[in-house]
Amino acid sequence: MNSLWVDAWNRLKQEKLALFSLGIILLYSLIALAAKLGFLATPWDVEIGAAYSPPSLESLKHIFGTDIFGRSVLYKALHGTRVAMSVGLVSALIATPIGVVLGSVAGYFGGKIDEAIVWFYTTISSIPSIMLLIAIAYVLGKGIYSVYIALGVTSWVSLARLIRGEFMKHKTREYVIAAESIGANHLKRIFKHIFPNVIHIVIINVSLQFQIAIKSEVILSYLGLGVQGQPSWGVMIDDAKLELARGVWWQLTAATIGMFFVVLAFNILGDALRDALDPKLKSRA
Amino acid sequence: MITYIIRRLIYTIPILLGVAFIIFTLFNLVGGDPTYQMLGKHATVSQIEELRHELGLDKPQYLQFVDYLKQIVTFDFGRSYATKQRISNMILNGIPASLSLAIPAFIGETFLGLALALFVAFFRGTFLDRTVVVFCVVGMSVSALAYILFGQYVLAYWLGLFPISGYDPDPLLRLQYIALPALIWITVSLGINVRVFRTFVLDEINQDYVRTARAKGLNEIRTLFKHVLKNALIPVITYVVIQIPFLITGSFLLESFFGIPGLGSITIDAIHNSDFPVIKAMTTIETFLFIFANLITDVLYGVVDPRIKFK
Repeated sequence: MNSLWVDAWNRLKQEKLALFSLGIILLYSLIALAAKLGFLATPWDVEIGAAYSPPSLESLKHIFGTDIFGRSVLYKALHGTRVAMSVGLVSALIATPIGVVLGSVAGYFGGKIDEAIVWFYTTISSIPSIMLLIAIAYVLGKGIYSVYIALGVTSWVSLARLIRGEFMKHKTREYVIAAESIGANHLKRIFKHIFPNVIHIVIINVSLQFQIAIKSEVILSYLGLGVQGQPSWGVMIDDAKLELARGVWWQLTAATIGMFFVVLAFNILGDALRDALDPKLKSRA
Repeated sequence: MITYIIRRLIYTIPILLGVAFIIFTLFNLVGGDPTYQMLGKHATVSQIEELRHELGLDKPQYLQFVDYLKQIVTFDFGRSYATKQRISNMILNGIPASLSLAIPAFIGETFLGLALALFVAFFRGTFLDRTVVVFCVVGMSVSALAYILFGQYVLAYWLGLFPISGYDPDPLLRLQYIALPALIWITVSLGINVRVFRTFVLDEINQDYVRTARAKGLNEIRTLFKHVLKNALIPVITYVVIQIPFLITGSFLLESFFGIPGLGSITIDAIHNSDFPVIKAMTTIETFLFIFANLITDVLYGVVDPRIKFK
């Protein structure tokens, strides 16, 4: 098992672009953390100039101009990373355990349990995800916690499907039968023996989850169902809808740029992780 | 064949019930009392009681669930709280509007995506190929909202090439309003389409029969169109067919930005108005349309592909 990870890391290391993406993601995480702890872009909610002053080079905080209340758009965009990264992280923390447990139990035990779980996730995935997302966020009320939960409970299905498929393949392999013969119970066989062999799927999925969550948060906040009272890229884009007619383009630009690099980084990293970790693709590369 | 269709129909019933149960649980149990949201802070107790009665929320839960199932079967979801229109009429009027944007945009994105994929597959491994792939990934990383807002601002507002928003009941006059949202739709989805279709084409290009075709002296273009394309179309069609259900739901954001009165606009308006009955009905209808479209897709597969019968 160790050699697989060493092998994968070596392959990932050769991909300069993937390492660069990982760097960008770490940078965004640091910005989010620093903004949360108050080391960066603080305070974001004070007036630094006239309302809607265009971008200027007079100081760093004026570089993206100001919003309707004269607040620094750069600071708001930097604080937006907090929401984006936390939405990705928390929704992955909710969706991953649900997907792993349901997927592995269904694939491992088969029979009636499998049928019930497959029915459950087919039902969930029959509701168009944007509608389910909107419905959950709507009934839970506005705020970031609703966004976490809505994204978490809507995005585990694809992971559960993949894990289930892998478990069905693995459960009859010799190493699992060997584990059974030395007395490993179901729980041990699922989590100690089979799970390490499918964990790469989880890692690839988390990378995908982040970018879906970031994009979805923007749309939910834009619809007025998302974050309240703190800067988010979605809220900024929502504001921009009315500002554009007055020629105020900087808030939209700042939010779009902030979102672009982190989504791009997750896109590239996700591809690279798939190439590095998925043994099936290994021979083709 | 008939048994396959019947089996597929029977399989749909527990899914429909499950969906109805989840939506009911979400809106009637998790959501709590919607009357406060609908009436605002200054509602009197009697107003709340009245609305609760009107919405049937004063009945026991199991009767409310029966009411909800009745609504689905009779396709009668009552009236919108904000506009007082019949919700079923709103939906029936919305579907053609959604489709008038979705169908041209979908045809455009598929053909353009496939053409570009074939083009880069012809130049596979070259600088051109890599550049196009990079552009695809970059394009996929820009927010759909940014495409819409900048597109509307620059192309319609600033350059005046298109009307800013609007809709016309007459299909021909409607085209001018559909053009820009369709163009933005195609731009948003082109990146992912080209990437996916390119993989499909490349998967075929490395097959033995392609080598044979080349060996017998066919040039690259003829090989590509006569042999590779024909086989690559199978995954392409599968990929395209899977997306058809989503066309009915249309594009929420595009519709609401460009004033196209489709299902997406109805949903977004309902969210802004806290129009509880409409949001619930839209969730239900879009889900059922989605399941229904999936069912037809599967049945069509059964007709086209004889192997499915034996599964």
